Amino acid sequence: MTMESNHHLNFLAPQPDRSWLGSWIFSTDHKRIGILYLVAISTFFLVGLCLGLLMRLELIAPGGIIMGPQTYNALFTVHGVIMIFLVVIPSIPAVFGNMILPIQLGAKDVFFPRLNLLSWWLYMFGAGVAVISLFTGGGPPDTGWTFYVPFSTMTKSNTTLSVFGVFILGFSGILTGLNFITTVHRLKPSTTPWMKLPLFTWSLYFTAWIQVLVTPILAITLLLIILERVIGLGLFDPTKGGDPLLYQHLFWIYSHPAVYIMILPAMGVISEIVPVFARKPAFGYRAIVFSGFVIATAGSMVWAHHMFVAGISDTAVMVFSFLTFVVAIPSAIKVFNWTATLYKGSIYLGPPLLYALAFIFLFSLGGLQGLILGSAGTDMHVHDTYFVVGHFHYVVFGGAIFGFFAALHYWLPKMFGRLYNYEWATAALFLKFIGFNLLYFTMLIMGVQGMPRRYYDYLPEFQNLQVISTVGSWILAAGIIMMVINLFYGMRYGEKAGDNPWGGATLEWTVSSPPPAENFEGEPVLTRSPYDFKDIKAPHAE
Amino acid sequence: MTDNLNKSYMSYVFIWIILLCLTALTVFCSTLQLGHPAIWIALTIATIKGSLVLLFFMHLKDEQSFIKYAFLVALIVLAIFIGLTFFDVLYR
Ligand SMILES: [Cu+2]
Repeated sequence: MTMESNHHLNFLAPQPDRSWLGSWIFSTDHKRIGILYLVAISTFFLVGLCLGLLMRLELIAPGGIIMGPQTYNALFTVHGVIMIFLVVIPSIPAVFGNMILPIQLGAKDVFFPRLNLLSWWLYMFGAGVAVISLFTGGGPPDTGWTFYVPFSTMTKSNTTLSVFGVFILGFSGILTGLNFITTVHRLKPSTTPWMKLPLFTWSLYFTAWIQVLVTPILAITLLLIILERVIGLGLFDPTKGGDPLLYQHLFWIYSHPAVYIMILPAMGVISEIVPVFARKPAFGYRAIVFSGFVIATAGSMVWAHHMFVAGISDTAVMVFSFLTFVVAIPSAIKVFNWTATLYKGSIYLGPPLLYALAFIFLFSLGGLQGLILGSAGTDMHVHDTYFVVGHFHYVVFGGAIFGFFAALHYWLPKMFGRLYNYEWATAALFLKFIGFNLLYFTMLIMGVQGMPRRYYDYLPEFQNLQVISTVGSWILAAGIIMMVINLFYGMRYGEKAGDNPWGGATLEWTVSSPPPAENFEGEPVLTRSPYDFKDIKAPHAE
Repeated sequence: MTDNLNKSYMSYVFIWIILLCLTALTVFCSTLQLGHPAIWIALTIATIKGSLVLLFFMHLKDEQSFIKYAFLVALIVLAIFIGLTFFDVLYR
């Protein structure tokens, strides 16, 4: 192996036998691949953010302000496609799963390092196709990120190509999932019992199973749209004996579990941070693991709650409404376990914990709104209104992305060996928290008052709330920019982090920061439980 | 060695003939106007066919038990997805 000579060096050290670019984009080192994903995903996140800001700006007053209706339709579609398929779904698994999972497990890499690199290339290829679709053919897609038929089979916009881009992205996710499942089974040291695995590893493991099992359904469904558009197959067309509701079933069979692909890894991050910053073992370790399993299974059986007013049978409405309520239980178990872990802990309010607390608050609100949408009666009232948009952002942004932010503040010092400024990190969080709630809570109110989603224009009585919402988007964006600058600056010029800046007990805190190219010399032997902090001094306690 | 090879060829041909028979059965059943049970019959036959392909042509039968369980999980998940969809289709 070419790495033999410098395997003890940290993984960021220059590799003289390769060009700088080649040492990154052809690297099979799981940590380098994690950073490749981090760069790509952050870039797409900032693009999606700008699209969101433009939409909010357009809505600051009734009527056309900075764009026409067709542009607006394209904007909310592209914002959705980028944020969901390019950012949130891969975010934590692709970035922190890659960076941290093998080290946490005690392995030198994932089980299939080359397949891992292929996943990144597929991700970039799919993203490239999606980007090309914006500037070619009939212009950017205008269907919404759900690609609902019959509109998606009839619109003149370049839907075929963007759907194909998402199809390719699906394969990237499937292969990453397969890789993680195999890694956990094959590379877990034989001396490590399953019930001593860190909770983040568990959450990635369950997420990987969902990805492998449901993403093929999305892929096939998207392929059917392409066939429908190109050869007029008629599967979803009633005039040819098809059924448009079949599309909605197929789409949500993937897309509801996709919400758990987004949120389970974030829950794993929070389960990791809370015990470390409370200096207490995770309360109910087994319950947290088991609830992850229940979320993964039960969460895959609730999809038709997106279709209550679409004309499905009353029996189906009752069954899926009931199942939706069932999924709330394991999520609540996790929230109770985190708060119980904090109870009587010796809490240090460092930035990662503050982000974790923001996650718990926003995700709990989002989850409770989910129950309003999950009960068929109230859903009739708020279906397809801003309430849905607000709820969705509480869960996916307030949940998954805030979990991603928490992970950045927790693990980047490990990856780059340097700390960021704590005061700046905290200030940025407060800005984001305030901006976030102004932006999305107003949406909940407007939704209850009847403001439909995806509308370019609105009645004058909504203007006050629309303005507050837009101002909120500016505050939120300011907080995000502040966070990005702080993390960047910290990565380059920050104080040295040391091996264990938070006093964590899992394996990634036993290697140097940045970790050596091959993580461990030999197979590490676990000497303690993942949340046993005895004799580990937290630097902030001094 | 050659004996073994011939034997496995024979079993592949045998499986292939079974698959053809099952396809014929599917086509035959579709002409019977059975109503709702027709779906379950078609799905059962399709599951058997898929399992045969996986077990013999894709050598799943020689794999260790974990891989077999993983396949079983996929099968159960698919059954649940299709089953739950029928709460809509059958009662509409
Ligand atoms: Cu859902």
